[in-house]
Amino acid sequence: MTPLSFALAHSLPEIVLAVGALALLMLGALRKLTGDWIISECAIVLLGLAALSMLFQVQSSAVIWDGAFIDDSFGRFMKLLALCGALVSLLLSREFMAREGIDFFEFPVLILLATLGMLMLISAQSLIALYLGLELMSLALYVIAAFHRDNLRASEAGLKYFVLGALSSGMMLYGASLIYGFAGTVSFTGIGEALRGGPSIGIVFGLVFLMAGLAFKMSVVPFHMWTPDVYEGAPTPVTAFFASAAKMAAVAITVRIVITAFPGMKVQWQQIVVFISILSMAVGAFGAIGQTNIKRLMAYSSIGHMGFALVGLSAGTQQGVLGVLVYLAIYLVMTLGTFAAILSMRIGNRYVENIGDLAGLSRNNKLLAFVLAMMMFSLAGIPPLAGFFAKWYVFVAAIQSNLYWLAVIGMLASVVSAFYYLRVVKIMYLDEPARPFDRVNWEVTAVMALGGLFVVLFWVYPGPLVEAASAAAKSLF
Amino acid sequence: MFGFGILSGLIFLPLVGVAFILCLRGDDEAALRNARWAALLATIITFLLSLYAWKMFDTSSSGFQLIEEKSWLGSGLMYKLGVDGMSMPFVLLTTFLMPFCILASWESITFRVKEYMIAFLVLETLMIGVFCALDLVLFYLFFEGGLIPMFLIIGIWGGKRRIYASFKFFLYTLLGSLLMLLAIMAMYGVAGTTDITVLLKTAFPASMQKWLWLAFFASFAVKMPMWPVHTWLPDAHVEAPTAGSVILAGILLKMGGYGFIRFSLPMFPDASQYFAPLVWTLSIIAIVYTSLVALVQEDMKKLIAYSSVAHMGFVTMGLFAMNPQGVQGAIFQMVSHGLVSGALFLCVGVVYDRLHTREIAAYGGLVKNMPLFAVAFMLFTMANVGLPGTSGFVGEFLTLVGTFFANSWVAFFATSGVILSAAYALYLYRRVIFGVLDKPSLMKMQDLSAREIALLAPLGLLVIYYGIQPGPILDACAASVDLLIKNYQTALGLTKAATLALH
Repeated sequence: MTPLSFALAHSLPEIVLAVGALALLMLGALRKLTGDWIISECAIVLLGLAALSMLFQVQSSAVIWDGAFIDDSFGRFMKLLALCGALVSLLLSREFMAREGIDFFEFPVLILLATLGMLMLISAQSLIALYLGLELMSLALYVIAAFHRDNLRASEAGLKYFVLGALSSGMMLYGASLIYGFAGTVSFTGIGEALRGGPSIGIVFGLVFLMAGLAFKMSVVPFHMWTPDVYEGAPTPVTAFFASAAKMAAVAITVRIVITAFPGMKVQWQQIVVFISILSMAVGAFGAIGQTNIKRLMAYSSIGHMGFALVGLSAGTQQGVLGVLVYLAIYLVMTLGTFAAILSMRIGNRYVENIGDLAGLSRNNKLLAFVLAMMMFSLAGIPPLAGFFAKWYVFVAAIQSNLYWLAVIGMLASVVSAFYYLRVVKIMYLDEPARPFDRVNWEVTAVMALGGLFVVLFWVYPGPLVEAASAAAKSLF
Repeated sequence: MFGFGILSGLIFLPLVGVAFILCLRGDDEAALRNARWAALLATIITFLLSLYAWKMFDTSSSGFQLIEEKSWLGSGLMYKLGVDGMSMPFVLLTTFLMPFCILASWESITFRVKEYMIAFLVLETLMIGVFCALDLVLFYLFFEGGLIPMFLIIGIWGGKRRIYASFKFFLYTLLGSLLMLLAIMAMYGVAGTTDITVLLKTAFPASMQKWLWLAFFASFAVKMPMWPVHTWLPDAHVEAPTAGSVILAGILLKMGGYGFIRFSLPMFPDASQYFAPLVWTLSIIAIVYTSLVALVQEDMKKLIAYSSVAHMGFVTMGLFAMNPQGVQGAIFQMVSHGLVSGALFLCVGVVYDRLHTREIAAYGGLVKNMPLFAVAFMLFTMANVGLPGTSGFVGEFLTLVGTFFANSWVAFFATSGVILSAAYALYLYRRVIFGVLDKPSLMKMQDLSAREIALLAPLGLLVIYYGIQPGPILDACAASVDLLIKNYQTALGLTKAATLALH
């Protein structure tokens, strides 16, 4: 039995968020103001505090709360990414929400709760904790997907997300119960030990259902159908939140579960991961070609990128996990930078989302066009931009595990996907200018500038990120 | 400075020019002039610095020189630079051609001048990096990074079908390069490092070599370009602005040949020998077929583009002959072709700036009112044909001799290409320069301006100088080529001994 203070110290970020979210909820309910900046500012500060508390807490591994929760450097790395995603999304949301007239105080609180769910999910060490974290995250996400409730598309997005999400939760629960029934325990390490003697067919079924549920949250094929609609319908900052923080948590728990709970079933889960990875890369590459809405394009792009990240996981080695971590970190920056650019697409005080609206942007707004072009080249994985290094690490892992076909298919998919990223660049740089965009506010500009700098200059000093990711990957094995 | 050497200086000097141009405000005439001058100065200083590097370079040594090493990504990936006799000529070629590109765009580029200059300077950084990199990943970084500025150069400042051409260029090259990237990863898996000097000493298993060779071949053959993956080149050349064509023909194509010398031949000797007949076949087809295609072209740039493919056929053929004449001839041919085709594209640029068409039929009788131009064009056409006394002859002759030693039939078919090249080049010259000057639009055309003379004269002098005195280039690479061939023969000998021992 660990002393309470020890357990509290190791779950400090979660506690900060939980207490903070409740306090802000009270505050919001008492003040009853719309357009209340204080709540969202406090939420940003809380997210920053949670991130800071993690940087300064004891950097050791510990399993706490009766084996339900683990605090290790893998978790800390992923939590930092999730917190960054949440913080930046919230920062980006302020102007958007005010302009659309939906700046209610519940929004930052819901973001905090969802982030809390993500942190719990990332640190889950048993099936129960996994489900708790996942549902806390998902329930908050369903609400904010439909946060623009008077908007038909947003309501549709929320409903669709909820119905399909509930279905996937059900599948996951079914899988978890099968695993519990056959392994006799809900703890990941316990399951890992129970499987030493070779898996029974029931466990295999359980694993498949569990993976189906997780695949839904990661939005990989064949459970990706909701992604384009939800990305398009949800308010843009919410989409940014889905594409950044939520993805981080979903991939993190998938990595943790297959590596710690199912090392004995590598053959089985490797097949599943390779399968969904190939399908995601293909659908992501071909699905995006015909898109005219940039949010839908980013949805397909994110499907493809999750496929690429899973290439690293399918190796199932420490090198592979390192690849996934580096991939996610770089992908996070690219996504947030791109969504910041999308949020600056405003003509005559109205937000626009068509790719055609970007026409000739390089003449009207050089910085915006340059950042978005660099994001696109980086998403396509062209060196020397950051996206190349992301691809490098996952594919090196795949090659070293002799997954040659997976690597070749991945490369072909990335050529196809380069086409639609190039198309965006072409529209910005090669086409005649359309109407110019309105002035961009400082938050969006700052996020874009930082993201652009990171993407362009990552190659100059890549050491720290790679080292941190490699330490994080090591803690899983 | 900060532990960085002269090669880093060469690579990053153009970026200083970029930083300066970025600081310029406004789009008025003064700002544009400043941007042009800044770019010109940056490229000239880079060239002078490369001359200094050349002075420090010891041609008698066969190893890598001016080496710089820094930790980078960790786990075997380093920031490592260095040059040897096979890369130094290309570094010089790059820095030498860049000021000409800037000068060639002096008046013809009238909109978005700053972006144009930035794209070119970034491209120069990346190209120098390709030839200096001694780490495979670093090499790939520079090799592939060049796609971005080139895509923009063709796409923004190109001709009518610029969008199609830029996409084709980008995606074609990307596909080839990504396969090479997989091979790089596999090599990293075997050797545990991407240091080229270590990889050169690593013996890859013979079965693996074939796959690696094919993957590298996919990239270099597209870049080179070899038949049948050359189709992006005519499109890209035709649509690119003049300076873009010069860079494309002068340097980007040489990256493929450089890749063969640096990676395919020394690292995969068994596979290179195994696949040599394939390369020869493709080279002969390239030489004969694209020369025939060049005969029927109606667009000047397209004709020169096809002739580039044919000339690159000589390079690949000579390289895979794997004897001193062949390899040195191939290197010489690449440098010479860089000068000659660059100059030819500049010549096309000269008349294009005046008449805004590249159609051969639109011209005729230019000798009457543009005698200086006729002389310059004649010189470079002859160099392109390979007339003795010009640099084109030395390269073609050496590669043919080298190939003849290796396989006389290959040399036989390739020689017919020389005749064909004379046919299409002279045919082009007759249609453009001679004939009756009866088109009213042509009457008004002025002869070469001072700027254009300054552009073409140094190139012409060099073409003649190297035609008579090929020593400087051949001596520079001789030691490194000898080492390459020696190692190649040793590796083949080892494999042979191993196979004999098995039986």
